[in-house]
Amino acid sequence: MNHSLTREQMTTILQGILCLVLFVVLLQVWLLTATTNAWLGGDDSVLWPAAAASAACALVNCALLRCLNRLTV
Amino acid sequence: MNDTHPPAWRQDFPIDWPQDHYVARRDFTKFLVLTSLPFALVQLGIGLVNWFRRDRGRWPVRAIAPLADIPVGSVLSFAYPDDNDPCLLLRLDDKTLQAFSQKCTHLGCAVTPDEDKKCLYCPCHKGFFALDSGRPLAGPPRRPLPRIRLENRDGIVYAVAMEVNPS
Repeated sequence: MNHSLTREQMTTILQGILCLVLFVVLLQVWLLTATTNAWLGGDDSVLWPAAAASAACALVNCALLRCLNRLTV
Repeated sequence: MNDTHPPAWRQDFPIDWPQDHYVARRDFTKFLVLTSLPFALVQLGIGLVNWFRRDRGRWPVRAIAPLADIPVGSVLSFAYPDDNDPCLLLRLDDKTLQAFSQKCTHLGCAVTPDEDKKCLYCPCHKGFFALDSGRPLAGPPRRPLPRIRLENRDGIVYAVAMEVNPS
């Protein structure tokens, strides 16, 4: 990581990471809603693909958090 | 007043606003990531619950009543698959028997037969279901009532399975 970044640059990067994390979390909310609706309607074929997608989203968020922790002023 | 020194109030409230905003965004991002993990765990939990339910085995076979004791046009309450799952058995005509779960697919209220309109009626939110198929006719329910598969064995009506999403 480049340690010569200014605080403004760091803030821009932070905002980008924040937007990505927010988008992924909203995707997970939609996934959970759609999965629950399908499951209660008797369709259980989407449960495991949706669970895998949600787990992948969580991993992406963890990777983004790792990038965030590497950022230092 | 000397401009080279910060004002006196700054010493009392030494808040660095840029630093404060920077830390707040970082903490908020960490909080969002922490909420992301429970979402994934809940999704996995739903999959596991469904797997265990499916792995529970066959549907039980339960005797409901002798066919001769069910008059045409009558409705009989019974429980299936467990004692806590109320169902309705309807004898529509001499040869037609239908059975449905009594739990409305909207919010789980008990449906009752509406003899005037020839349908099943949920009084909580005015949901209506067809007597012959259990499909929703009006009101908030969007899914059909789970249908109980019946068998006539030596004059006794048995419940043998439940179709959660009958087509």
